[in-house]
Amino acid sequence: MDSREFPVEAQSKDLLRFLTCGSVDDGKSTLIGRLLHDSKLIFEDQLSSLAAESKRHGTTGDDIDLALLTDGLEAEREQGITIDVAHRFFSTPRRSFIVADTPGHEQYTRNMATGASTADLAILLIDARKGVLPQTRRHSLICSLLGIRHVVLAVNKIDLISYQSDIFVRIVDEYRTFAGELGFSSIAPIPISARHGDNVTKVSDNTPWFRGPSLLDYIETIDVSSDTIESPFRFPVQWVNRPHLDFRGYAGTVASGTINAGDPIAVANSGRLSRVKELLTAEGAQTSAQAGDAITITLADELDIARGDLLISPDSPPEVSDQFAAHVIWMSDQQLMPGRSYLARIGTRTTPVTVTGIKYKIDVNTREHLAARTLGLNDIAFCNLSTDTPVAFDPYGQNRKTGSFVVIDRLTNHTLGAGMIAFGLRRATNVHWQATLIGRSERAAQKHQKPAIIWFTGLSGAGKSTIANIVERRLHAGGHHTMMLDGDNLRHGLSRDLGFTEADRVENIRRAGEAAKLLVDAGLIVLCSFISPYRAERDMVRRLVSDGEFMEVFVDTPLDECARRDPKGLYAKAKAGKIKNFTGFDAPYEPPTTPEIHLQTIGQQPEELADQIVKKLAALGIVFI
Amino acid sequence: MSYRCRHGMKYVGIPNEIPLKAPAMNFVASTTDGTQCGLPKHLKGLEAQSIEIMREVVAEFRRPVMLYSIGKDSSVMLHLALKAFHPAKLPFPLLHVDTTWKFHEMIAFRDETARRLGIELLVYINQDGLGRGISPITSGSTIHTQVMKTEALKQALDLYGFDAAFGGARRDEEKSRAKERIFSFRSRGHVWDPRNQRPELWNLYNTRVGPGETVRVFPLSNWTELDVWHYIHLESIPVVPLYFAKHRPVVGRGASWIMVDDERLTLNADEQPESRQVRFRTLGCYPLTGAIDSSATTLEDIISEMRSTRLSERQGRLIDSDESASMERKKREGYF
Ligand SMILES: Nc1nc2c(ncn2[C@@H]2O[C@H](COP(=O)(O)OP(=O)(O)OP(=O)(O)O)[C@@H](O)[C@H]2O)c(=O)[nH]1
Ligand SMILES: [Mg+2]
Repeated sequence: MDSREFPVEAQSKDLLRFLTCGSVDDGKSTLIGRLLHDSKLIFEDQLSSLAAESKRHGTTGDDIDLALLTDGLEAEREQGITIDVAHRFFSTPRRSFIVADTPGHEQYTRNMATGASTADLAILLIDARKGVLPQTRRHSLICSLLGIRHVVLAVNKIDLISYQSDIFVRIVDEYRTFAGELGFSSIAPIPISARHGDNVTKVSDNTPWFRGPSLLDYIETIDVSSDTIESPFRFPVQWVNRPHLDFRGYAGTVASGTINAGDPIAVANSGRLSRVKELLTAEGAQTSAQAGDAITITLADELDIARGDLLISPDSPPEVSDQFAAHVIWMSDQQLMPGRSYLARIGTRTTPVTVTGIKYKIDVNTREHLAARTLGLNDIAFCNLSTDTPVAFDPYGQNRKTGSFVVIDRLTNHTLGAGMIAFGLRRATNVHWQATLIGRSERAAQKHQKPAIIWFTGLSGAGKSTIANIVERRLHAGGHHTMMLDGDNLRHGLSRDLGFTEADRVENIRRAGEAAKLLVDAGLIVLCSFISPYRAERDMVRRLVSDGEFMEVFVDTPLDECARRDPKGLYAKAKAGKIKNFTGFDAPYEPPTTPEIHLQTIGQQPEELADQIVKKLAALGIVFI
Repeated sequence: MSYRCRHGMKYVGIPNEIPLKAPAMNFVASTTDGTQCGLPKHLKGLEAQSIEIMREVVAEFRRPVMLYSIGKDSSVMLHLALKAFHPAKLPFPLLHVDTTWKFHEMIAFRDETARRLGIELLVYINQDGLGRGISPITSGSTIHTQVMKTEALKQALDLYGFDAAFGGARRDEEKSRAKERIFSFRSRGHVWDPRNQRPELWNLYNTRVGPGETVRVFPLSNWTELDVWHYIHLESIPVVPLYFAKHRPVVGRGASWIMVDDERLTLNADEQPESRQVRFRTLGCYPLTGAIDSSATTLEDIISEMRSTRLSERQGRLIDSDESASMERKKREGYF
């Protein structure tokens, strides 16, 4: 044999990615341990340390605890539960496997979703003594939404129900009824004992009523192939390779489809056309590339293409829109607030995004559609979203790579949620921007001033409106054109329909911000006083206008002092429990971290404080007084 | 310029209009149908994923670095990086955190690799630790690793202001590694919080970090030890000769053979170095890394030895066996 040749079996062996999921303690980790153990894939030294650890942390008496093979974190071994997903690799003569052992605990659903997002098959475990549980349903729903089409229903701990077939049959029936509408193309029920090995790698004598195949047999042979190679060509540009002036290549991984040198190609967002000059890898120019290949494309024409663009085949373009509907899985304790600005990562593009409406939340048990104003940890919902720039996408059902996105918090950078796009909303093409002939700079110039938003934030009773009024009077006297937006006044009109929940407060500030922006466009200096307790919304307003046009004024009066002054009698009511969601009591206030102006009000007169602001505005060249 | 392909019938050249700026490498050639010859589907997929991860980092981070530990995984990672950015040069430096206890052959290999490929190589030694006389022999493996590896790494990352560091760790190496994300977030002080990792769905990596925060990125996460050797074999990637069996002077300690690499290894009165045919499955600091009896002198031998072995890769690593949770603990403190 040629020394560089590979054994034939390894050449053709394909890869199956699967996960284990289901409710807490159903035996997922034990099953993976059992699979590895019985396939003789555990090394001797690992086995002896497993035996030692089983004595210390095991949940299985004198036996070795196979779950400890994947429960690799200290906290997991101490608590006997899985917290985060473990990835293990094994191969048999027939197939290679990447398995994600995921946690059953509801609190860690995000880690289950992490493992499921790249899997083609799910082994869903059910404890035979407990049957279908809420978490079984939640995981099924997530698998279905994430596009997994093949499920093994592993009814586990069959040893603990004396290997009875009727219980097995009942659980399988119940599950099939539940899963009817989840769109799985195969559900294979197998009765197993992860702990003792029945039907895991070999068909067991304890279940003569079950004809097989064993679990391993089944996952070695099931066909899960999808058609990403047949799908239209999609190539998210990851990085522009420009080592010198004569070379400009677009590096990335083919998301779907096939491309040949010489093929026509288009940039999804701009619609600009060109032709593939070369498909380059380190091995040289290739004649073609297909889904999964990491390549560098050079084009026949010089086009303006950057990271985040999607190269496509012009015959079958994706949708391009700044509004779409998607399923969203929320993964953070911090609630999803419609109207709040987040970042979305779609393909290689990162763009600001807001949820414009939650159409419904899905009850994981009944799959009923429920009304919701916000989403909490582990909620699954169908939402409308709007991005700041148009994005190119395919429905997730057609393309997992170009139809998925994650939601990231702009301040903490945490990953908050994951989304699967269902369809584009055509509204984007219908709501045109009316081009105006006179621009904001013309309007401002006529007034001899620089327009700006001066945003007063602070607790109720901190003195925002009082100070803002004095500032406005001075500016007005100095010949400036101003406008005042006050929280209390807005709530009598524009925001009359809103209450004081977090979601409503977010929407209130969004409206105030948009109104202020229009006034800035009119060339005015706009004074806004709003409690505006959340940093995210204040920053959202900041981003509505240009750099330097937003002044955040933090009217910093401690809670005790506000409560003592209590100009509107609200603190007294809040203390008496008559007002709910009162900032500082049962609703949070997030103080600005770097306000343009920070006013400590204690011991100061409002006039002096207003003076400070006017001086600062003059120093910044906004006013001339 | 052309490469000869074993299975394809034709010579395929790199087109002349692209000046080969990247250093000459042993890349495998292509067949006429455009598929790489020699690489099975499985390895080709792993290669593509690693390349995607590396490009992602270069596109999104201000100042990336590749941690280069001279071992087989580093060799593969470097080879993949050269492919990922071809025809451009490597867009980041390599960093070797030198404990001063690496095998001589490793240091020679490191310097030769950097010279041959024309790569910027940074070598960092914790001078403070050195001054305090920290060594694996007198201070013990735990302190030595803590000061000369973990602390040194953190110092080096801070010194240069690197915000992303590639590491060659694989998930199949150890069970806390199996739990780690590909983009592994580190808060200020390089701390890993395994109970609170960012969700990581699809290939949509969250690359955003705040001031002082960093990521460790593991492009080889989904490779196994066997994959690494197959790939080295098929791509003819140079590795340190210590991986191949040869007669070497060793003393037996516990269950391992410790190589007498220089006079710093203090021998006990009853120890007499003997010459045995041994090789290393992993390479670390020499008094902490044991050799195994082996007659595998070629890559084919190594691969067939691996297929039949009943022991894991880390068996020769004295630093991991202290306690089962030690890797996780070290990682939480900022170890690679
Ligand atoms: N008798 C019996 N016990 C089992 C079986 N499978 C698992 N167990 C036991 O059930 C307990 C939980 O098993 P794990 O494998 O940790 O469960 P899990 O589903 O991974 O749990 P989480 O990951 O925390 O959701 C352990 O004590 C196992 O030994 C089985 O088939 N029969
Ligand atoms: Mg588990």
